[in-house]
Amino acid sequence: MSGLFAFHGGLKTVRHKTESNQTPIQTPPLPPRLLVPLRQHIGNPAKPLIQPGDRVLKGQMIGQADGYISAAVHAPTSGVVVALEPVPVPHPSGLADWCVVIDSDGEDRWIDRQAVDYRQMHPSDLRNWIRNSGVVGLGGAVFPSAVKMNLSGHCERLEHLILNGAECEPWITCDDRIMRERAAQIVAGIHILAHLLNPREVLIGIEDDKPDAIAAMSAACAGTGYQVRAVPTRYPSGDVKQLTKLLTNKEAPIKGRSTDIGVQCFNVATAYSVHRAVNHGEPVISRIVTVTGHVRQPGNVEALIGTPFSALIDWAGGYREGAERLIMGGPMMGFALHSDEVPVTKAANCILIAGAADLPAEQPALPCIRCGACVEVCPANLLPQQLYWHARAREFDKAQDDQLFSCIECGCCSYVCPSHIPLVQYYRFAKNEIWAQEKEKQKAELARQRHQARVERLEREKQEREAKLRQKAPAKAASPVGESAQVPLETAVARARSARESVTAPATADSDAAQG
Amino acid sequence: MIVDIFSLGLLAAASGLLLGFAAVRFKVEGDPIVEQIDSILPQTQCGQCGYAGCRPYAEAIAAGEADINQCPPGGEGGVIALAELLGRDPKPLNPENGAEKPKMLAVIDEQNCIGCTLCLQACPVDAILGAAKHMHTVIARECTGCELCLAPCPVDCIDMLPVAQNIGTWKWSYPLSMPEPRRAAEQVAA
Repeated sequence: MSGLFAFHGGLKTVRHKTESNQTPIQTPPLPPRLLVPLRQHIGNPAKPLIQPGDRVLKGQMIGQADGYISAAVHAPTSGVVVALEPVPVPHPSGLADWCVVIDSDGEDRWIDRQAVDYRQMHPSDLRNWIRNSGVVGLGGAVFPSAVKMNLSGHCERLEHLILNGAECEPWITCDDRIMRERAAQIVAGIHILAHLLNPREVLIGIEDDKPDAIAAMSAACAGTGYQVRAVPTRYPSGDVKQLTKLLTNKEAPIKGRSTDIGVQCFNVATAYSVHRAVNHGEPVISRIVTVTGHVRQPGNVEALIGTPFSALIDWAGGYREGAERLIMGGPMMGFALHSDEVPVTKAANCILIAGAADLPAEQPALPCIRCGACVEVCPANLLPQQLYWHARAREFDKAQDDQLFSCIECGCCSYVCPSHIPLVQYYRFAKNEIWAQEKEKQKAELARQRHQARVERLEREKQEREAKLRQKAPAKAASPVGESAQVPLETAVARARSARESVTAPATADSDAAQG
Repeated sequence: MIVDIFSLGLLAAASGLLLGFAAVRFKVEGDPIVEQIDSILPQTQCGQCGYAGCRPYAEAIAAGEADINQCPPGGEGGVIALAELLGRDPKPLNPENGAEKPKMLAVIDEQNCIGCTLCLQACPVDAILGAAKHMHTVIARECTGCELCLAPCPVDCIDMLPVAQNIGTWKWSYPLSMPEPRRAAEQVAA
C-alpha cells in the first residue's frame, strides 16, 4: 500500500504557519521560579516525592507515577522546592491544581544522567524506564506513552507504527520545527519504538504544507525503511483516526482501540523524547512550544516545564496591540485561559494570543435550521445536529446511541454552523454529565453496599447479644449464687419458726443463725 | 371425537407439566422491580422519604404504599427515572419530604469534638471514624451527605459543607448562549 485514502469531512482552514515557523527553536532564559504541576497527563496525578525545603537537581524525579495509567514528573532545573501547593494551571476551568514550586539556583545542574542500551533490555524494563522518564504523548493528548507500548492482549503483531507529524491546527508549528531541526534524533526515537513494537511497517505522516519537514525527515529516514508520506493539508488530518485512515485505509471499531486493527500512533515529538530518555537518560523536562499570534516576535521555544506563560510571552516581545484572548493549543481544539500566570505543561504545544479577527466572532446562537453542513464536515461520520438536539435536551441515552463518544471534538461542525451554535460545547457538556452520572452511580453502589454491611452488622451484633443473654440465663439458674440465695430464705423461715416455737431457748436460735 | 378429546387432553397435560417445571426451575428470587427501583434511588440512606433507608422505600414504592416523589436527594431526575420505570406520570417533589439541595459533605470540627460516638451510631454508611473519648472524623469518600449525624451531636460540631470543586470533578457547563429548553417535569407541573 502506498496510496492515500481520504477521510470523510474535514475542512480547509486559513493557515497561519508562517508567522511562527520561520525562525529556529530558541531557548528562553532560565525563569527564576518554576511551577511544575503533578497532573500533566491523563490518568492519576503523580505522587510527590519531595518536601518543601528540599534541594533538587535538574532531571530529578519529584513525582512518581501512581498506578498503571500515570507518568512521572521531574524537576526542570536545579534549585530549592519552596512549596507544594495548589496553583492555577492551564485548564479551561481556571482552577488551581497541586504544583511543586521550585526556585531555580541558576546553576541548572543535572542529575547523573545514564543512557541505557535498549537492545539489551527486557521490553518491560524498557517500558518502565520510559514511564519513569515521564514520557507522555506530546501532541496534546498527554496519554502515558509506556502504556501504548504494551501490546499484550490487543493484537498479535503490530501492522503499522504511525508517527504523527501532520500538525493540522492552523497556528501550531512546534512539530514542524522539531522535524526540520532534529530529524535524526526523532528517527533514533523511532528505532526504539520499532524495537519495542516490532511493526511490519513504519509510516510517518506529514501534511504537505511542510515541505522542509518532509525533506528533513525523508533524508533522516534514508536507508531505514521508514516511509515518509505527505498527506493533504486538511483539518483534522492530525487526529489519530483520520491519519490512520489516510495512511492505511483502516478504521478502528467504535468501541475498539487502534491496536485492534494493528495500528499504534505516536507524535514525532514523543519519539524525540523517547530518544532523549533512553539514549541520553534525560527525562521530559521541557517541550517545544509555539508562541504565536499577537506577539511581537512569534516563534518556537524549547521551554522548561513549569515556565510561566507570561515569561514566554515576554520573551516573544510581549503582547501586540489587538491581542484579545489567550488560548492554549490551536483555535480549533484549544481553550481560552483565564490568566497568563499559568505554567507550561507537557500538553502545552502552543500559546496563541488571538486577535479579534483570528477567532470567529462571538455571535448569539440562532436556532438550528437542519442544513446539514455539520454532517458534511464531521470527520467521525456522526450526525452532529442529532447529537446537538439530544445534548440540548439532556437526553444523554439518545446521544450515546448516536455515538457521542466517537466525537473527537475537532470543532469542524461549530466552524461551519451558519447559526453559530457552539456545538462542541454541547458535546463536551453531555460527555461530562454522562461521566459524572457514571461516577454518581458508582458512589451510590458503594453507599448501598456499606449500608447493607452496616445493617447486617447491627443484626449480627443484636443476635450475639441475645445469644449471650440466653447463655447467661440458664447458667444463673444452675449457679451456686442462685442456691445460696435460696438457702438463706429457707433457713430464715426455719429460724423464724424455731424462734417462735422456742422463745425460751435463744442460744440455739443464735447458733442456727450463725451457721446459716 | 374420542381421539380429539384424548389428544387435547394429552396436550393440556404436557403443557401443564412443562409450565409446572418452568415455575419451579426458573423461579425468580425476590422482587426484581424492587431491585430496579433501588438502583435508581441515590442510596443516601437519609430517611427523608419516611422510610428507614433506600431499600425499604423501594419496597414501599413497589408495594404501592409510597409515592415516587418522596426522595429529595434523587431530585427531579430521580422522579423522572422512577416514573419512566413504573410507567407513571412524573410529578414535582413532595415538599413535605424536603427540597433538592446541592450535594454536601459532613465535616467534623475536630477541635470541638468530645468523642461521644453518637454520630458514629447515626451514620447509615459507617463513614465516621472514631472511638469513645477520641476525636472523630468523617471519611469524605464514603459520606453520602445524609445529615443524620447532625441531630445527635451534643456539641454541634458537625457542619455540612458543599463538595469542593477541583480539576478532577470540574465539568463543562451547559452552553449559555441560548435559553435552556423547558425540562420535562416543569412542563408536566405547568
